[in-house]
Formats: sequence, C-alpha cells, structure tokens
Amino acid sequence: MTTTAESTTTTSQDETTRMTMAVAMNSALDLALDGDEKVILLGEDIADPAGGVLKVTRGLSSKYGTGRVRATPISETAIIGTAIGAALAGYRPVAEIMFMDFMGVCLDQITNHAAKLRYMSGGHSTIPITIRTTVGEQRFGAQHSQSLEAWFMHTPGIKVVMPSTAIEAKGLLASCVADDDPCLFIENVRLAFSQKQEVPVGDYRIPLGEADVKRPGADLSVITYGPAVHTALATAETLADEGIDLEVVDLRTLIPLDMASVMDSVAKTRKAIVLHDATTFCGPGAEIAARITEELFGKLDAPVKRLGAGYHPAPYAPSGLSYLPTSDELADTARELLGY
Amino acid sequence: MSSPETWTHPEPGAVPAATAAQPTPEQVIAGLRATTEGGIELTQLLTPEGERVASPIFDGFVSDIGAEQLRGLYRDMVLVRRADREGNALQRQGQLGIWVPLLGQEAAQIGSGRALRPTDMAFPSYREHGVAWARGVDLKDIFGIFRCTDQGSWDFQGSRLHPYTIVIGNQVVNAVGYAMGQKFDGKVGNASHEDTAADSDEATITYFGDGATSQGDVHEGFVWSSVYDAPVVFFCQNNQWAISEPTERQSRLPLYQRARGYGFPGVRVDGNDVLACLAVTRWALHTCRNGNGPVLIEAFTYRMDAHTTSDDPTRYRLSEELEVWRLKDPIERVRAHLTRTEGADQEFFDAVDAEADEFAVELRDYCVNMPDPPPERIFSNVYAEPSPALDAQRDSYLSYLAGFESTAGEG
Repeated sequence: MTTTAESTTTTSQDETTRMTMAVAMNSALDLALDGDEKVILLGEDIADPAGGVLKVTRGLSSKYGTGRVRATPISETAIIGTAIGAALAGYRPVAEIMFMDFMGVCLDQITNHAAKLRYMSGGHSTIPITIRTTVGEQRFGAQHSQSLEAWFMHTPGIKVVMPSTAIEAKGLLASCVADDDPCLFIENVRLAFSQKQEVPVGDYRIPLGEADVKRPGADLSVITYGPAVHTALATAETLADEGIDLEVVDLRTLIPLDMASVMDSVAKTRKAIVLHDATTFCGPGAEIAARITEELFGKLDAPVKRLGAGYHPAPYAPSGLSYLPTSDELADTARELLGY
Repeated sequence: MSSPETWTHPEPGAVPAATAAQPTPEQVIAGLRATTEGGIELTQLLTPEGERVASPIFDGFVSDIGAEQLRGLYRDMVLVRRADREGNALQRQGQLGIWVPLLGQEAAQIGSGRALRPTDMAFPSYREHGVAWARGVDLKDIFGIFRCTDQGSWDFQGSRLHPYTIVIGNQVVNAVGYAMGQKFDGKVGNASHEDTAADSDEATITYFGDGATSQGDVHEGFVWSSVYDAPVVFFCQNNQWAISEPTERQSRLPLYQRARGYGFPGVRVDGNDVLACLAVTRWALHTCRNGNGPVLIEAFTYRMDAHTTSDDPTRYRLSEELEVWRLKDPIERVRAHLTRTEGADQEFFDAVDAEADEFAVELRDYCVNMPDPPPERIFSNVYAEPSPALDAQRDSYLSYLAGFESTAGEG
C-alpha cells in the first residue's frame, strides 16, 4: 500500500537556499513524492545507494521506499511502457531515461502511446507521466552526446521542457509532474552541477509554455534555451563592450512554444538569431526562424540566423574542441546582422 | 514427428534445431506447425467431437458451468462470429475501411473474456472483438474503428478494456505497468486462504499473438512482471500465422515453454475449446489475484480467415490445413456437447441463429448510417488543456469548411 511519508521539513513560502540544479530537481521530486502519494519514480539506478547517475534522486528511495522509487531492470521500453500502464491505473509516474541517446529504444512507447492515448480514447485515457532524461555530455561521442529534442517536437501530445537554471529546473519539473499530459524534461549534465543559485525550499512552480527574457536588450534577439542560454548571456556581456545590446530570450519549454514572447522580442529588435545545441539542420531553430519570417517579414532588418550543432553525428570531443556553437560564433553572427 | 527435446538438443549429425522445427508436409496437412498440438501438453476439456474430458487440475475452475452456462457461452460465440462475418461483408461492400477477422478464435476470446471479473483490466491488440463483447463494449464502437470514425473512445475505465493497440506487442508493457499499479494499490493477495480470492483482488490480462512473441516489448513485459510479481495474465492466441509467417518463424519451442525461462508458469490450452479457455484463464487470474502471478497462457488455435481484409492467405498456406482446423471448430464442439448431453434442443439453436441474424441487421444498419465525426474532433483531446496552437488550427479549418457552406447557399 502507498502511504504518504511524514513531511520532515516545514518551510516558509519565501525561504530559499543555495542549490545546484541537481539538488533543485531533487527538491522538486521530494516535494512531489511528499505531496501526492500517487507520484512514483521509475528508472535505472535511481534508488539508493546509487541515487541516479547524476544523483538527482539521491535519498528519495530511502525516504519514500523502493516501492515508490524503483530501480528497474535495464529496459527503456518497459520503463516508459509500464509508466503508461501505471498512469492508467491512477499513478503519476516520473520515469528516468539515463541519457537521451537511449530514447530511440523507447520512442514507440512515447510517441505512439503516451502522446496519443488521450487523443485516440477521446479523452478517456490520461497519461500524466514525466520523462526525465539528460543531454549535454560533450565528450563521449555519437551515442552519448546528442540533443534530440526536435524528435519530440514533431509529436503532438507531449510537452518538451529544457531548463537553463537551477530555480527554473525546480519550478518546471514540479509543473511537469503535476501536469496531466506526458512531459519530457531534458536535463543538461553540464548545468546540473555548474548552475547554483538561491532556490525556494518549498513548493515552487513555473508554468509550462512561458518564455523568460533573461536579458533585455535593444539591438538583436537571441532566441535560445538550455545550456546555450549561458553562451548567449556571456556573449551579450562581450558585445556590450562594443555597444551592441543583445536581448536573450530563454524559451524554457519547447512545447508549448511561447511564440508570442518571441514575436514581441523580435518585433522590438528587428533582428534574431536562434541558438541551440541541437543540429541546425531541421533543429528547433528551423521552425522558430520560419515562424519569425512568416509573421514579421516586413519588420525585419536582417535575415533570421540559426546557430546549432553541425549536421554530423556527435564526434568525440576532447577539451578545446567544440562542435556546439560557441560564444565567438554567436558574437560574429551578431556583428554580421548588425551590419545590415 | 520431432519433439521439443530434439528441437533444442538435436542429435549429433542432425539438422539444426530451427530447421528441425519446420513442419513436414504431413504435419502441415495434419494441421500441426512447429509446435506439436496434442498429448499431455494441451489442456482440453471438450474434444472437437464435444466429449467432456476430465482434468484434475482445471475441472474445479468450471464446476459452476452447467448446461445453462454453456448455452450462454455458445450464444456469445455465435453472436460474435455473426458480427465478425458481418464486418467482413461490410468491408467487401465498401462500408468499412478494413476488417480484422476473428473467425476461429471465438472460444479463446469468449472463454478468457468471460473469466474476467468486472474489476479486472484487459489490454487487447486489434483482433479481440470477442473480448470486447465479453467486457460489455458495444460492438458498434468496434465497427467505428474500422469505419474510421473513431479510434477507440469507449469508456475504458468503465468497461475495463483498453483501446485497441495497432503496433504489435506494445500493449503488453502497458498491461504490466497497470498490473504493477494494482499490486502497489494492495489489490492483490487479500484472501485469507489461497483457494479463494478476496472481492477486492484484481488482475490484468493482455492479449497478443504468436507473431508478437518476437517483439522486444513482450519480452520486457515478461521480465518486469516476473521481477515485480505483477498480477498479469499473458494471453497469447497462437493462431499459427503472423500474416504470412508461420509460428516456426517465431520460435523453436512451443511458446508456452518460454515462461519457464522467465520464472513463471506457462500453460497451453486448446484455444478452440471455450470451456478449457475459461477454466485455464480463471485459474491464471486466480493465481495472479493471490499474488502468484504472472502466468503465460498459449491458446492453441487457428486463424480461419485472412490476417485482415487486405490479406489473401491462399497465396501462402494450404487449403488442406484449413480443412483440418475446420473439424476443430470452437462453436460446433459446444453444439455437439449440448446436443449429446441434452443441454439444448433445436429450438434453442434456432433461436440463437435468429438472434444472430437480428444482431447482424442491427450492426449493419448502424454501420451504414454511422455519422461522420465532427471536424473539430481532429483537434480535440491532443492535450488536457486548451492549446492556442491547436485552437488556431481548428478555427482556421472550421472557417475554411464554413466557406463551402456559404458557397452552397449562394448556389
């Protein structure tokens, strides 16, 4: 039987503490498990003492039991497939797929079942599952370093979320777990420990589908999400010295895609670059750039540019080599557009 | 005839096991494929001639089935077969986009479907019209799927029948997840004695075919159900053919024997024997409700018609095989038994036939008059909450359609 564990912490609404993104996500999951006995966690190595490969689930199986926080057999299809079945039985599962590269194994369960059951059943089936996965390991090559969010943007029925900061990781993950639709929550391994900030200790949610202007600016909009947000912010500081004022728009969720905020920004700056770690070719930026051009054609001062990974499998990338867009490339592209 | 032992452990110098598993022409004509049918492996309670066979293990699970109950099972099978033939005919007349015949599998589906409690959950593939009937789903809803007006929008929580799954084998892991939920909810193993099951105890059954046993999803479902003690019955209808591929293309071993490798019981039942299917499925569900699941049941049956109306089995299988299986018809053996035991008279059989004809007319009338779904349904139930992107698409499409109405009005 499920039992709601006694809450061991009592916090005021405003209390914050300094957390890494990994700890912030752990906090979101802890509160979700504490607040709703139907929340369960499934995934490889997520139970203690392992606590997940990024330690995001550390301590949770000890606190809530291995019935609610289950280290599962190594079967990605079954992780998602049983999460769907458990959702039909009234649960709210959070399933972990260790690396996004392994999503191909369970793609059918995500795209043919989780995403479509509400539609096919005329609303009778609700699949409130959250799928957590990781991207951003740059060193380990073609089967371990891909940013595949565009695969899922092609599939109506699921939501796609990719945070860039610790506080947003907590707020967005909490919203995913509470959401009645299947949500894909993409964590970046580089950000998991490098991002540290004050994060609310108690329940904290950020609505899905709302972009955030991370840096207001007048001259050019950088539309981005995930780790590339930090590339954009660093570049903005560099270019500020040259008198170029970048606006950085963090999409935060790719589905629902907050195009209204994108349009507001680009209508103001009249120039846009879409920046991400996914491949430029047919990447999320292709859709965003096309929409900007369709809706703001007469207002643009320059072509909309895209910067992403090259169209090749992820190479082995020892330190110093980057196949992802760099701050220098972004700065050069911004200067080019300012020249129109 | 080769035995399982020789398939897995060929004699020195013998042909490899997979080759040995291929049937001889004599086996084909005798209706036997890579897996032998007869002997002690097969649980049978009614012979094709309608004689009752005693089973010390399973008789106790159908001790309540007298003539009246058998007449009920007979009626189920006749009505479902009549609906199936009507579906086939309606497709041929262009009234349905496709039909997936269940002909020959009525006993497997009615026997297992009638073994379920209302609180049990069923996950079908796409041929389980008999299971849908047993679950109380209106077969008109099933016809809607094949007339392409609906995708399975019956109330699955009420009927406890999940929508049809088209992708092969995928529903098996969903069923395991559901069963894990039942167990975690405490709806398993509440009886004070293992001979009984508590009213609150539940189990899940999932249906798939011999072809699906080659899918990774099915194997992952076997693994997960076994390591989590999930109360799930894997009901494999081995109808001998996966479209054009015979069972020996899927397995060296009789399929039910695979269960042993995963650590749970596997049983082969005569899939054309409704009484045996009922008994074995009741036993399996009981085992699951008591916390001793999972169980694999291989219902040894035969697909008497094509894979779908798009398929022509005469291109790849022998008509002699069909003739042999015709002699094992699931409905005829119950009819023979009821006649032999004076459990029913001609008046009963005539009444069931008349009811079946009326049922067919009802289905046909409904089918040809089935309204098209409203166009806004294209954009409905994609997400739980309204989506601006979908709303915009819907408004645009409805406005486009409205343009035709105003043109027609002007014309």
